[in-house]
Amino acid sequence: MGGWQQLYPGHIPTSPLQKALLAAGSAVMALYDPYRHDMVAVLGETTGCLALPNLRDKMKNHPEGYRILQERPRIRLSTLDMARLQGLPEGSLGREYVRFLEDNVSVGFHGVQIPVADPCAGSTGEIGAMELNWTSLDLQKVSPDTRMPPKFVDDEELAYVIMRYREVHDLMHTLLGMPTNMLGEVVVKWFEAVQTGLPMCVLGAAFGPVRLSTRKLQVLATELVPWAIRSGLNASCVLSVYYEQRWEQPVESLREELGIFPPPAVRV
Amino acid sequence: MAAALWRCRRRCRALLSRAAGALRARRGLAAGPEMHFGFQTVTEEERREKIYQVFENVATKYDVMNDSMTLGIHRVWKDILLHKMNPCPGTLLLDVAGGTGDIAFRFINYVRSARQRQLQRKLKHHQNLSWQEIFESYQKDKFNSLGDSQVVVCDINREMLKVGKQKAQHLGYSEGLSWVLGNAEELPFDDDKFDVYTIAFGIRNVTRIDLALEEAYRVLKPGGRFLCLEFSHVSNPLLSRLYDLYSFQVIPVLGEVIAGDWKSYQYLVESIRQFPPQEELKAMIEDAGFFKVDYENLNFGIVAIHSGFKL
Repeated sequence: MGGWQQLYPGHIPTSPLQKALLAAGSAVMALYDPYRHDMVAVLGETTGCLALPNLRDKMKNHPEGYRILQERPRIRLSTLDMARLQGLPEGSLGREYVRFLEDNVSVGFHGVQIPVADPCAGSTGEIGAMELNWTSLDLQKVSPDTRMPPKFVDDEELAYVIMRYREVHDLMHTLLGMPTNMLGEVVVKWFEAVQTGLPMCVLGAAFGPVRLSTRKLQVLATELVPWAIRSGLNASCVLSVYYEQRWEQPVESLREELGIFPPPAVRV
Repeated sequence: MAAALWRCRRRCRALLSRAAGALRARRGLAAGPEMHFGFQTVTEEERREKIYQVFENVATKYDVMNDSMTLGIHRVWKDILLHKMNPCPGTLLLDVAGGTGDIAFRFINYVRSARQRQLQRKLKHHQNLSWQEIFESYQKDKFNSLGDSQVVVCDINREMLKVGKQKAQHLGYSEGLSWVLGNAEELPFDDDKFDVYTIAFGIRNVTRIDLALEEAYRVLKPGGRFLCLEFSHVSNPLLSRLYDLYSFQVIPVLGEVIAGDWKSYQYLVESIRQFPPQEELKAMIEDAGFFKVDYENLNFGIVAIHSGFKL
């Protein structure tokens, strides 16, 4: 239970009352101001106390997942060899991932408030240090809950698990073939909700569609969500995949291996 | 159960660090390099830097957070401070750590309405003057709506001053207002300049309180008044526990949710606990040379206004 100690850099120990208040407050703020991505992150951390251990155990029981927990790889844009990934063949995970980042990233930095003093801030701090062509990212487009380091998870290993989940989110988009518009994000949230059981994903999946048009809602309800649920239930744990060692693997083959059904032929 | 234990641990830690730093840190004298920053122990230089960063981070959300944390009551506290001050037109006020201008704007409003009343009284007495003479005297006074009162807002933090200036522009305050970047421990003003010196919710963040008090004494005119509005100690035990609960459990959460900054507001509640209580602050003010030093508790000691005169 959250003692006084700081278990990892950026950890803020909190009492149960504080966690409850944070969960409530962040939920309200996230709905009130959709640009507060840090609130979505906080909501995920404060409500994940049941789902995160389950997820960690699933990973532990899988050979590749176990290795990930041991080696603790991080997908940070500054550590990816973008040149090499761009050079990979079409249809490979690495190439498609880079394409996804290029397509869904635009110039224009959205001022998300992130604690400045945190050395392992996996978002703006790292991105600022990149020497790529696109030097600024619109974080809003890349990921709704960003790659913020966790603060309120009271277990060092679980903190890594949730960090991994955040960093793997973009790869989910690539695997599912969903863009980062509202519709695509909702579909990914449905998939993640089924896969991880994180309450934050469930809430996102439930409340996300609220802002969609009727036509999109129809597509969502009739084709995309059933597919996402079926794939989520059928697929093995997506967090137990060592993506960093599979850049050359074709996306199709990875989908088959995991058990993700081919995406429906709808324009998202 | 866990929450109570957690709180107990916090209290013990607070007591320990307080005992350790008590003699040194309490009187604002940094004998040796160690001082407190909330419940942490840091050097003087580190403390100044950390506090600067805290206010740099919170500047844009400062007013929103004040309203949320105190449920708007801070406005009443500041109003009470002005009523206690009761400035008449012509007063020269120095508002130190005045950042976002709350006290300064209130001062201007107060003095403006005092001036209105003054002018109205004057007019009443001019009943047997001709219309021409009344008109001329009215014209003369019209452009002096503040009656030569002035307020200088001094703050060590650029960001806070920036927010203050923007607010002034937005609310339409321009006359009789100036903004100066300065350190309360070493004010960039001459001796014997000001009629009133105020420091509202700022003295807690000063690293050397004794120096700030000495500076306050220096820049005040003889007869000038020192006013300090600050969080203080609640003696009522039940209220104190509720206040602690609210401070430590709710305020950092508010900081995280509203301003996205837990740590600054954690510092805030810790620094309140580390600040000298009413009597001790009174003694420090007397040490600086002030006379007729007194304090008034607001809300059972959550906040206190200390007052002293340079005689």
